[in-house]
Amino acid sequence: MWIWFHKLASPPHFYRIAGRVIPWFGWPALLLILFGLYGGLVLAPMDYQQGEGFRIFYVHVPSAIMSMFIYSIMAVAAGIGLIWRMKLAHAVAAASAPIGAWITFCALATGSLWGKPMWGTWWAWDARLTSELILLFLYLGYIALRSSIEDPQRADRASAVLALVGVINLPIIHYSVVWWNSLHQGSTMFNPGAMSIQMKWPALVMLLGFMLYYGAVLFVRLRAEVIRRERNAAWLREELGQ
Amino acid sequence: MSLSEFFYMGGYAEYLWPAYGLVLAVLVYNVWSARHALKEARRNAARRLQMEETRS
Repeated sequence: MWIWFHKLASPPHFYRIAGRVIPWFGWPALLLILFGLYGGLVLAPMDYQQGEGFRIFYVHVPSAIMSMFIYSIMAVAAGIGLIWRMKLAHAVAAASAPIGAWITFCALATGSLWGKPMWGTWWAWDARLTSELILLFLYLGYIALRSSIEDPQRADRASAVLALVGVINLPIIHYSVVWWNSLHQGSTMFNPGAMSIQMKWPALVMLLGFMLYYGAVLFVRLRAEVIRRERNAAWLREELGQ
Repeated sequence: MSLSEFFYMGGYAEYLWPAYGLVLAVLVYNVWSARHALKEARRNAARRLQMEETRS
């Protein structure tokens, strides 16, 4: 197991494996997202309170869940990188940040577009909305910190500490609707009985599609990270055809 | 349900379609930008290797 693990973490091996798994993530992701879109926009029944407007749910909720899921992966990877000094783990964290930041932006923007017709406002300084905005700033801070430090190893370590400190925001986002009297409604996805399965399944399909999508984009970015971190190795010469 | 009814989305079209459009645009952009980053990394690495070759 450990031998396999070390072999996987060796740059040339990882680069090849990553290249091979990308289509296995990418194509199912595309199919699931298209199927989820069809399910959410056409097949799912409309909400008795919010009418057709509720269909924003199918892009908003998967984005919001992914914004936290990607941050968790980023923080775990950063922690592994710090403790075991594993470069590949730092690369996973670094490659996740831009994807996570964009998905968080999606969660905020679609929430805003949903909030306007339902609450009558684009934005409120409410616990859920504010903590999600802080999540976006954590991602952006992480990216900015990395790019401000030239030495890659120091950048890895400093940004990993930031990623780990930011973890405290995740339970705050999750429980914000429970702890505070929030404008935002409570969780419907993980609350059994809050939503019928006819309404819920497209969101689950979409979420699975988003996860595979994240995997595919992550592996492409990881390949770039591996090449960036590699200094004049024979395999790189061969890979680039020189 | 007719097609125009579908696009009308019960009056929520002006909020719903931008939300879907934005998310899809972000998804497409992230694929493009990751692939671009990989291409750029490969190009830079090739350039670096070439420079080291001419120096030695």
